[in-house]
Amino acid sequence: MFDIVIIGAGVVGGLVAETLAKYDKKVCILDKASDVAMGATRANSAIVHAGFDAKEGSLKAQLNVRGSVLMEDVCRRLGVKYQNNEALVVGFENERAEVEALYERGVKNGVQGLRVIEKDEMLALEPNLNPELACALLATTSSIVCPYELCLAAIGNAMDNGVELTLDFEVTSIEKADGKYIIKSADGRKVEATYVINSAGLYSDEIAKMTGDGDFTVNARRGEYMLLDKDCGTFTQRTIFHTPTKMGKGILISPTVDGNLLVGPTSVDIDDKEDNSTTAEGFATLFAKSAENVANLPFNKVITSFCGLRSTGSTGDFIIKERDGVITLGGIESPGLSSAPAIAEYVENILNGLGALGEKKASFKAERKPAHYFRELSMEEKNEIIKKDPAYGRIVCRCEGITEGEIVEALTTNPCARDLDGVKRRTRSGMGRCQGGFCSPTVVELIAKERNIPFESVTKFGKGSIINYGKTKGDN
Amino acid sequence: MAIKADLVIIGGGPAGMSAAVAAYDAGIRDIIILERDKSLGGILRQCIHNGFGLHRFKEELTGPEYAYRYEMQVREKNIPFKLNTMVLDITSDKVVTAMNSEDGLFQIEAKSIILAMGCRERSKGALNIAGYRPAGIFTAGTAQKFVNIDGYMPGREVVILGSGDIGLIMARRMTLEGAKVKAVCELMPYSGGLARNIEQCLNDFNIPLHLSHTVVEVHGKERVTGVTIAKVDERRKPIPETRQFIECDTLLLSVGLLPENELTKCADIALDRITGGAVVDQNRQTEIEGVFACGNVLHVHDLVDYVSEESEIAGKAAAEYILGNKKPATDINLVTDGKVRYTVPQKISAEENVTVYFRVADVYRDVAIVVRDGENVLINKKKQKVAPGEMEAITITAEMIKNLEGKTLSFSIEQKEGK
Repeated sequence: MFDIVIIGAGVVGGLVAETLAKYDKKVCILDKASDVAMGATRANSAIVHAGFDAKEGSLKAQLNVRGSVLMEDVCRRLGVKYQNNEALVVGFENERAEVEALYERGVKNGVQGLRVIEKDEMLALEPNLNPELACALLATTSSIVCPYELCLAAIGNAMDNGVELTLDFEVTSIEKADGKYIIKSADGRKVEATYVINSAGLYSDEIAKMTGDGDFTVNARRGEYMLLDKDCGTFTQRTIFHTPTKMGKGILISPTVDGNLLVGPTSVDIDDKEDNSTTAEGFATLFAKSAENVANLPFNKVITSFCGLRSTGSTGDFIIKERDGVITLGGIESPGLSSAPAIAEYVENILNGLGALGEKKASFKAERKPAHYFRELSMEEKNEIIKKDPAYGRIVCRCEGITEGEIVEALTTNPCARDLDGVKRRTRSGMGRCQGGFCSPTVVELIAKERNIPFESVTKFGKGSIINYGKTKGDN
Repeated sequence: MAIKADLVIIGGGPAGMSAAVAAYDAGIRDIIILERDKSLGGILRQCIHNGFGLHRFKEELTGPEYAYRYEMQVREKNIPFKLNTMVLDITSDKVVTAMNSEDGLFQIEAKSIILAMGCRERSKGALNIAGYRPAGIFTAGTAQKFVNIDGYMPGREVVILGSGDIGLIMARRMTLEGAKVKAVCELMPYSGGLARNIEQCLNDFNIPLHLSHTVVEVHGKERVTGVTIAKVDERRKPIPETRQFIECDTLLLSVGLLPENELTKCADIALDRITGGAVVDQNRQTEIEGVFACGNVLHVHDLVDYVSEESEIAGKAAAEYILGNKKPATDINLVTDGKVRYTVPQKISAEENVTVYFRVADVYRDVAIVVRDGENVLINKKKQKVAPGEMEAITITAEMIKNLEGKTLSFSIEQKEGK
């Protein structure tokens, strides 16, 4: 029996859990996937938006601006990389009115540090921009984070402070009996709780139906991205958007906190909430559309492409409501990542209003060791660690310089990695230019050893994603 | 505190070992080989097929046997090496930073450095193939490691994209281990691998090779369930009407090898745009005096025998450099016509015989390899066929190029007269 169950281990659910971990309550996070951060959190633009985009007066605008203010401190506390790299929303001469409208809206939303700049200044700031562009909105508070790194750190810290995590738990029914909610999974498990928080992302409408709050729908919008080699990580210093359309903020070009360059997303509404495949049309769109904003993007330096599915709610705004102990967080579309710390604060206030949280516990540990601390150390500090644990002296992923020690840490630190992709998201092993060509057999070996499972049982991302079928003939 | 060494060799594969032995034989003793893997031998350790050493040893060896011959020499001569040691940085004044479990992070101030880091495989990311990202997509070399080193089967029904040598070798290897290799697709109208590998690895096992074909889509969410292949037109664009589904659980990629020159870039050494390796002279010296490069880090070789040959040149030259013996200036530049894609070395001296290696851009039949000094034809060598998969070599004698200091030699592929 839990006091609070959170359905959905994405960045929103994760930050809510980390906020609730401050209280002396029994909290559990459920997710249908075999790891955290597997929905929209896994693949999005990784931007902390300044807050000029959302309609004035909307919940989105309020939470985006607040979230963007809170984000830097949340990242610092949780040891998550955060970079205030600024953004430019560029436009051609015929789009000048839209650029100015964005400025006006941003000011009304309370966004600091906005300015419309002209071509010369724009090109001086970002020499690789298309010289045909006329002007831009400069947003100095716009920043970048790694969304799954933030989610992993938030859930990790929540767990270190007593929150439980249950994976592979696909919620199929929620019923109320004797003043408590009984949540059942597809494989027959059940969890009981006094309060339920629905942060199920794309599936928040379906969970809401189970709790009787199904007056909205959430559809999937496909967004394809390409990630370029670190050689191109400074192609632009700022995040470059084009003036937005009703389908979203268009195709952006942005450095990532890890030093790569990200191009995307496309924007196609689809019916299948699981279809995160990339398409030939998507690649073609990325090539064509990004050329409007920058000249000569080095597409021969693409190291991987991927597709994210983002929520699009039926109301156009975030849907946050409480009824009978159920808090629904629906339609958390862009700027969901930017707003996540503010959504967590908002949920905390609702629960406090219900008297659900009580006193904060004294034992809460707010600061977390950065997941990537080892690479930031000096030569002497690294040698101290290697002396104690020689595994930190063995590089497994050559491209990103990840050691065996860091991989073992990812397999033994909350929330523990269980598969190849889980190790990759936590350590960046396999995320470099060779894309795991050299390191993946060694990582498979380390997973098998650390989890004490057979080599051939190690998967790429759980379920049927097996890597090896068994031993070769010679060994049988 | 940095330690000092006469010669630091980065990489203990065939290139690094050959270079070490040659430097030792030329009188250098203070050598250290830094190898990232747990034993010497490099990628040869997983190349358990035969076909190595025909030129060097006049016999057919497997990869591990070929490597072992050099490892024995390294051991007999007591040439020091460190295993499980990753070099993280080199500077243009020859400070090498490396890391391992025993020594931690450490630095070596070297008089001379030989770069012998080898190459890596091009990954799927660069190909923009549509579909999900399921398990079951491997580079041929990763699959080779799973099968030959770890002893596990990464696939049962396999399609291979790219007909590079590792892909061809793995087509045979997977077949011998009981997998069904359904097809090899090659984007180009010719194979990028050796003719003997097409014969021995595909034809002998009735594995179809689809030239001018590529994989346009990968199917399956968790594990690969199939691929869609299509024929490509002259501009290498897939032709939609030719799309064809092949059921399989594995896609292996053999779509090119890329010299691993991250460290070379750390030292700001100029790279050749075509080879992806350093620009070198006939001693395999880079633009930084005392820094040499050899093997697949310099340009991708077809046969390891030539890697050894090249590495001996580098090892010997490094020794001469350390001993202070001045080498003749290398001031003749080699240029190519595009049909000859590149040459290694890119610069030579007018005082020594030198063998120049190169690859061609396409398959050409009944042609001549022509070397000119301006209008003056120095060499006109007839060839029935040249192909991108096979490395070519031409020897230029000192006699031919004496007094050509400061000039340019051009390498071209030309139709034979009357054709």
